Amino acid sequence: MRKVLVLVAVFALLAFMTCSVGAETRLRMSTTTSTEDSGLLTVLLPPFEKAAGVKVDVISVGTGKALKLGENGDVDVVLVHARAAEDKFVAEGYGVDRRDVMYNDFVVVGPKDDPAGVKKAKTAVEAFKMLAEGKAPFISRGDDSGTHKMEQSLWKKAGVVPKGSWYVEAGQGMGAVLQMAFDKKGYTLADRGSFIAQEGKLDLAIVFEGDKDIFNPYGIIAVNPKKHPKTQYDLAMKFIDYVTGPEGQKVIADFKLNGKQLFFPSAAKKP
Amino acid sequence: MDFLIKAFYSAWSLIFGFDPEVYFIVWTSVKVATSATFLASVVGVPVGLVLALRDFRGKPLVMVILNTLMALPTVAVGLLLYAFLSRRGPLGELGLLFTPAGIAAGLFVLALPTVINLTLTAIRSADPRLFVTCKLLGATPVQQAWKILRETRFAVTAAIVVALGRVISEVGIAMMLGGNIKGFTRTMTTAIALETGKGEFELGLALGMILLMVAFGINAVLSLLQRGEG
Repeated sequence: MRKVLVLVAVFALLAFMTCSVGAETRLRMSTTTSTEDSGLLTVLLPPFEKAAGVKVDVISVGTGKALKLGENGDVDVVLVHARAAEDKFVAEGYGVDRRDVMYNDFVVVGPKDDPAGVKKAKTAVEAFKMLAEGKAPFISRGDDSGTHKMEQSLWKKAGVVPKGSWYVEAGQGMGAVLQMAFDKKGYTLADRGSFIAQEGKLDLAIVFEGDKDIFNPYGIIAVNPKKHPKTQYDLAMKFIDYVTGPEGQKVIADFKLNGKQLFFPSAAKKP
Repeated sequence: MDFLIKAFYSAWSLIFGFDPEVYFIVWTSVKVATSATFLASVVGVPVGLVLALRDFRGKPLVMVILNTLMALPTVAVGLLLYAFLSRRGPLGELGLLFTPAGIAAGLFVLALPTVINLTLTAIRSADPRLFVTCKLLGATPVQQAWKILRETRFAVTAAIVVALGRVISEVGIAMMLGGNIKGFTRTMTTAIALETGKGEFELGLALGMILLMVAFGINAVLSLLQRGEG
């Protein structure tokens, strides 16, 4: 019987440890997968955490869900990339003090031999028209992320309703979707950062880039303390000041993956 | 093949490289899973016992409901609990969302029907003469319950082991209620989901192998305890 009692005691201790939440201050930020997956946050957060003596909890999800968490008051600050959705978030009173942080761009990637001939396209919209006509597999994120929103707006501008067996809605993160595009010899729309991070492992190439339509700006927004009094507004603002200030902007500019700069600071420009 | 060998190799180096981050992830998983299973057992075993020994009206319906709950999709539990624990929800004040305790609460909900149901089955499959003998010897209900649990301890432990296996391997609840926060609520399963999402399949597979080894370790300890118990 003693063994059982020991076991029960151990279990009870574990249960107690789980329930005792540490006393340290934690700032909660929901963000898009691209900022965490690229590794940017592992260099951007520590200087702030050290200086302010807080721990930043990062919940990385698609932009749609990241904003939803802000709407429900479950996070203190959001860092996302979908300008229209961000403006709506602020207009509806869920967020305050939206600021530009940085930008990069989206690229259309596909098989190196480019069966749909997208390389000839002059604009992103034209590229998307060609994709629809070529009927080569196109892997969509399908998860209401910032990338997915961008893709949908491009289909709309191209006047195409993507449907049929060539259009695959994956419902997964960028990494998994790139892998799928590689496996199915298909095309997809990716943020440049995620693509560079995986470039070496995939037999995919950028087939279209460099149009202002596929510009990808990131914004940071504090959750409105009037809607959710329990959120840590002051701390969130301190964090926003850091990210958009000279120190944070320098970290963003210096961050490189495989020797390439992924994000370009843009806080100096007023929104 | 190359893929699997690479994964195996990185699993090996993750385990024996003593990377503190990996160990913290394993620790978080073990912590939330065992505490949820412990609480579910404390509640579930007595409930299962009472359900097995008492007859009451509507018992068949309760059984059907319990059986149905055993098929609960983990993301549904996660979503339901999220609605309760969110700052907009009724239990938002507790601040449990995106903490290990929040995950444990969700896992508890997941484990409870399994523990109740399997305990019930365990006790029903015991020798019916046991119940009669206990009663005839004039044991109090508590003494009877204790005796029955002792006699069926292997099957009841098995119930708990099954529940533990279910909670340690699930990803939906850990993701929705924990948020996969690095160094805080990241568990083995959410780490696997993250690495897969990033396209780091080898690392995901490696973590999956570690998960298996941890489950093996826990089960080995439990089985040793069972055997040592005379």
